[in-house]
Amino acid sequence: MRRLNAGGRIDRTKPLSVTFEGRALPAYQGDTLASAMLAGSVSLAGRSFKYHRPRGVFSAGVEEPGALVHLREGDRHEPNVRATTTEAFDGLVSTAQNAWPSLTADIGAMNNILSPVLSAGFYYKTFIGPFRNSTRFWMMCEAFIRKAAGMGRATTLEDPDRYEKRNAFCDVLVIGGGAAGLSAALAAGRAGAQVILVEQDFELGGAILSDPVGAPGDAWLSRVKEELASLPNVRILLRTTAFGAYDGGTYGLVERVSDHLKTPQSGQIRQRYWLVHAGRAVLATGALERPLVFAGNDRPGVMLAGAVRTYLNRFAVLAGQNVLLATNNDTAYSTAAELSRAGAFVTLADLRADPPDDALAIAKDAGVTVLTGHGVLKAIGRKRVTSAVITPVDERGRAAGSTRKVPADLIAMSGGWSPVVHLWSQLYRKPQYDAHAVCFVPCQESEHHLQPAGTAFAAATLDEVIAQGFNRGIEAARASGSTGEAGDPPPPFEAGPFWQKNQSPVWATRKADGSLAGKAFVDFQHDVQLSDIDQAHLEGYVSVEHLKRYTTTGMATDQGKLSNVNALARMAELRGLSIPDVGTTTFRPPYTPVSIGAIVGHEHGRHFRPTRLSPIHHWHMDNGARMTEAGAWMRPWFYPQADEDLQAAYIREAAHVRQNVGMIDVSTLGKIAVQGPDAAEFLNRVYVNGWKTLAIGRLRYGAMLREDGFVMDDGATARLGEWDYFMSTTTANAAKVLAFSEHLLQTAWKDLKVHVTSVTDQWAAIALAGPSSRALLNSVTDADLSREALPNNHVTRAHIGDVAVRVHRMSYSGELAYEIYIPAGYGQHVWETLHAAGQAHNLKPYGTEAMGALRIEKGHVAGPEIEGRTTLKDLGLEGLASSKKPFVGSVLRKRPVLTDPDRPTLIGLEIEGDGGAKPGSLLFQAKAEAKGHGEGWVSSTTYSPALGKNIALAFLKNGKARLGETVRVVNFVGGETLSARVVSHHFFDPEGERQNG
Amino acid sequence: MIRINCPVCGLRNETEFTYGADATVNRPALDEQETGPWLDYVFNRDNPRGWHKEYWHHVQGCRQWLVLERNTLTHEIRGCRLAREAGE
Amino acid sequence: MTHYSALSVLRNALSGNRSWGRAWRDPDPKPSYDVLIVGGGGHGLATAYYLAKEHGIKNVAVVEKGWLGGGNTGRNTTIVRSNYMMPGNTMFYERSMRLWENLSQDLNFNVMISQRGQYNLCHSPAQMDAARRRGNIMRANGIDAELFDREEVRRRLPYLDYSQAARFPIHGAIFQGRAGTARHDAVAWGYARGADRHGVDILQQREVTGYLWDGGRICGVRTSRGDIRAAKVALCVAGHSGHLAQMAGLRLPIETHSLQAFVTEPYKPLVDTVVSFGAAHFYISQSDKGGLVLGGDLDMYNSYAQRGGLPIVEHTLASAKALMPCVSRLKLLRHWAGVMDMSMDGSPFITKTPVDGLYLNGGWCYGGFKATPASGWCFAWTIAKDQPHEDNREFTLDRFERGYQIDEKGMGPQPNAH
Repeated sequence: MRRLNAGGRIDRTKPLSVTFEGRALPAYQGDTLASAMLAGSVSLAGRSFKYHRPRGVFSAGVEEPGALVHLREGDRHEPNVRATTTEAFDGLVSTAQNAWPSLTADIGAMNNILSPVLSAGFYYKTFIGPFRNSTRFWMMCEAFIRKAAGMGRATTLEDPDRYEKRNAFCDVLVIGGGAAGLSAALAAGRAGAQVILVEQDFELGGAILSDPVGAPGDAWLSRVKEELASLPNVRILLRTTAFGAYDGGTYGLVERVSDHLKTPQSGQIRQRYWLVHAGRAVLATGALERPLVFAGNDRPGVMLAGAVRTYLNRFAVLAGQNVLLATNNDTAYSTAAELSRAGAFVTLADLRADPPDDALAIAKDAGVTVLTGHGVLKAIGRKRVTSAVITPVDERGRAAGSTRKVPADLIAMSGGWSPVVHLWSQLYRKPQYDAHAVCFVPCQESEHHLQPAGTAFAAATLDEVIAQGFNRGIEAARASGSTGEAGDPPPPFEAGPFWQKNQSPVWATRKADGSLAGKAFVDFQHDVQLSDIDQAHLEGYVSVEHLKRYTTTGMATDQGKLSNVNALARMAELRGLSIPDVGTTTFRPPYTPVSIGAIVGHEHGRHFRPTRLSPIHHWHMDNGARMTEAGAWMRPWFYPQADEDLQAAYIREAAHVRQNVGMIDVSTLGKIAVQGPDAAEFLNRVYVNGWKTLAIGRLRYGAMLREDGFVMDDGATARLGEWDYFMSTTTANAAKVLAFSEHLLQTAWKDLKVHVTSVTDQWAAIALAGPSSRALLNSVTDADLSREALPNNHVTRAHIGDVAVRVHRMSYSGELAYEIYIPAGYGQHVWETLHAAGQAHNLKPYGTEAMGALRIEKGHVAGPEIEGRTTLKDLGLEGLASSKKPFVGSVLRKRPVLTDPDRPTLIGLEIEGDGGAKPGSLLFQAKAEAKGHGEGWVSSTTYSPALGKNIALAFLKNGKARLGETVRVVNFVGGETLSARVVSHHFFDPEGERQNG
Repeated sequence: MIRINCPVCGLRNETEFTYGADATVNRPALDEQETGPWLDYVFNRDNPRGWHKEYWHHVQGCRQWLVLERNTLTHEIRGCRLAREAGE
Repeated sequence: MTHYSALSVLRNALSGNRSWGRAWRDPDPKPSYDVLIVGGGGHGLATAYYLAKEHGIKNVAVVEKGWLGGGNTGRNTTIVRSNYMMPGNTMFYERSMRLWENLSQDLNFNVMISQRGQYNLCHSPAQMDAARRRGNIMRANGIDAELFDREEVRRRLPYLDYSQAARFPIHGAIFQGRAGTARHDAVAWGYARGADRHGVDILQQREVTGYLWDGGRICGVRTSRGDIRAAKVALCVAGHSGHLAQMAGLRLPIETHSLQAFVTEPYKPLVDTVVSFGAAHFYISQSDKGGLVLGGDLDMYNSYAQRGGLPIVEHTLASAKALMPCVSRLKLLRHWAGVMDMSMDGSPFITKTPVDGLYLNGGWCYGGFKATPASGWCFAWTIAKDQPHEDNREFTLDRFERGYQIDEKGMGPQPNAH
């Protein structure tokens, strides 16, 4: 292995510092890590998954199974990085993975000796252990298996890099920047379409880049690139992978913006996720070469022939001096000739007895020894191939004559090519088998959004590649309405042989009796041998999906790009079927693995989900509030004084409200304007109680059910005008209630003249509660707030300073209280006004925890009680339901289980002892055994400063009849059992004297 | 990404919408007192493989409920109307 | 039939692994069976196994349209747990857990039950309270559950996001130590081999296209490859229950939705347990092979497509990074979807149907895999005795009429919300 003195598409004026396992590699700008490894004579690059067999660089692309490494260090460490697609950069540090203690002396390689025992499915048959009703034995074995499995080591550090997501729209998306894709982009671009061309490599050209520098393709490529660059409607994305094709003409791309640098430049992102909405798309993804199957075909030094050619021509690296090429098609002939011209000693073994003359001429002109009707039976060498056994073969690839050993430090193989059909198959269905081209191909159907072209569609000549690309490009442009003149396709150039015409279906070299000369692999990363396929067949795992899952073939990081066809071919052979009859497994996104961070973009940390903030939020933050989550909202939980904890703070705040006056930000409540001549009728239908008699200027509490008769939400609605109602919902259910209302009005009740509009964000709301609330409010407004002018459940308009507000006299706390609705932009101003004026009245802000304590004292239900499984009767709200009208849920709420008198119903509990109970505790009869689902459960608890007791709201079977009974309150997970007395849930001021005062 | 051609707003991503329910089940008349029709409306579904009429809500757009004809096997859409204009 | 053991593996290895026999036969169908099960997934195969083993009913066929385990058995995220709180669910799932704990031994097939535990994270005081209620019900029913505070979770799962930047701070978690994972394909294969050993005929590549009727009674099925008679026909085709029920004239309280799952490239051990995020529909575990297995949400719209939409791909990966910031540089290897029977209350059906001779097992929502053993066990009981077992008593079709909705989340009759 060596770097040639001249040639290649690398920039020899820009040497780079690149290391693998601490060893410096000779690298230049334009290299990949793999080409640098080969240039540096690194033959051992990694270890396989199961048997830890030595692995070298095998391919030159995304299908690489062996040369997977750890890249970078610290928080930018990345495992399982394919050396073959890693662009070399200055300061690149890479190390080996999945080997211990070292890559060269890996203990895990012991598995290789045990491989007959570790054959397909062995773990299903062992480790069961002698113990019944216990998984211990397996779990003990599993602990070792887990440590041995996996490939690279993941970092546990947070990623320092940034990512972004971008939406894009185009008429034509061209996937692949080789001859077909370039032609498609050119045609569509000339026609005037908006084009996005994506190429996963860092250069355009595709297979042209693997041709020798100066070959005719170069001129073609530069002409086309130049013209594309001149078209402003064509956007070219390099280092970008189209990983998935999705519904609606949408494609997911990941652009690796900075992965070719040591670290992203300041302010730059690492990767960008593109969500492309395309009018049409062209699949010009080319084809991947397949391996041949023979003993030792996984040894370092065995490579794909096309990859060897790529390293030679693009990177000026000769991957071996004594090269044995094994092929079943014409493409290897160019490789052979070019290697020979570069100074290698080349022997070409062609499984075909009678290769075409033009191919033979290419090899012979370059001095290559061609052995027709020959195959490689076995590769020899441990950590590097040293020689090979070759044999004459019959038309089935079986040895037919005397074998001989030839020296070789590189075996290059070509088992045919597979079109890259992944995106097409993700979108439509499984590809069809083309027996002539010996590969699976996509179908072309005119109505398809994604149209294949070039070698992805098994084009047989370069003329076809260019013509298909160009035509698909024009059609796609026309489909989007682009009418510009596309002109003629770029004239084809002279290219080497293609694979489709003379491909042999033989994919393995075996001994005369059909057996193999040693371990021969179909999946190089998962170590699936041909014998594993045979065993799966013996055991009846014959469908392709069983085969895949039982042997794990095709499940490695290359997802079967290399292994699938050979595994299917063997199964077809064993079952006496054709390959299409055996079928293929499903292609799933992503085409190649994508970083999670790229798809996430900005949506992580605090920005994982939107956060909704009240208009008064900043005051809470400035005044030391501790905040809590309430759905998407942040709400003040409590306002600690000095070093108060939650418990101390909420008790103080709740007591303060009952003794003085408190204020709480209730802006997060859902607010819906219900307007129109049929507004009252609408309310009558969605709420269980009646609305026809509500006078203007009054408000009423209401409860609504789901269609199935369980309680959905509750809240107060005020009548502001003849046709104008103001509905409030709980914070959690605001969106649901609005969508439900809109649904009913737009589908079932189209005749009702009502508009429902969310005004949650338009209004800030402040609840002022406590005996001094009237006095405080009087001091800032001229409205008449007297008991006579504004009794409980009445509304008035008022001014606080210059701000026009609405004052709803209503009480959740049970105190004399007001809710003040303020245009949102003035929310904080009014809050501050009230706060300042409140100092004369000993006003304190309070949070949601104190609000909870106050409502529990009053026995009001909230989220913990309206939990989706409770009925009006369960909640003690049966009295609200009107019997005079139908409403949502009025029929289904009468189903037998919902009306069972034995259902748990809302009661209060007075907890004995000092600690109080925990919500979620279960209730049991005082003397019964504590097991099963209990007689009920505790929903909300608090210490009641007003009563000086620990109290709770709870649901208890037939609860109303059990007042006075003592029950057990068991919190199993907290290890605590308490006693409690069953009481009415209206703990405090049941007559409501305070709120009506 | 399903793309829905809202009659009010034009072609938009599915992420602006929420899926509602089967649009072939009709809500019984308000004064229907029998349990059967309500049970059928709330719980039972044809659940077809293939074309399906269904409600979607343009919740982050015009807030109109739409009736889509969408194929449950391919996700293809062949019709989209405002629910308030869709026939029974 | 070979008894599987380390010894049998060794013996076969020495003979080049060329003497293994079929794990199950590939028989021709008999003209008639006592019970014909439609659907060769975990549930159907388990039902056949327990019919033969527990009830001595061995003249049984399992008819599968594709390959065994090709539906949701082979598409799920392999989680096993029994943390259900609604009466009707709790003991059913606990029966399943107990069957799991002896399943490898019972089947002589290592289904790799690994009880590495599951954490359900809580992100608010209200979620902690709800978790406590669930945990208490589990404990009161003899099921293991523990409630951990933030510090304990942090000690056990140090790689989650405890920073100030976390959008949904972790308040604590409910933990079931006996929960974990199993090897999903092995469950289908193990039951298939076990059923076959008891004489059950497994008939693959036969799609049921209709029923044979004797008056108002079903007495067999039409398939793509001929008619097969049976005294009782039992559906185990979750995802497609509606379709097969419709052929029998039944409408079900079920919608079909697709649920997505994801796996990353394989890495050395990083996540030892199952961790469920309480702020989004997301959970994560790591397979024995090393891939991080991510469970996402439904695509929300009815679908039979078995492939997922991009919005949920984005949501799921965002959830992964929100929960575990260090996954950012790890790579997604594959994502797919399964089609779920989403029932109207989130709970399943194991029941006789109003059609004579037809039995239904379906409506599994997300919960099908973990239920496999008990589902088969209870369905076999129901078919054999023509009445439900105590543990599947409530899994009837008439529960909506009665008002007995088994709604673990309290979401109401909205299938995509469960």
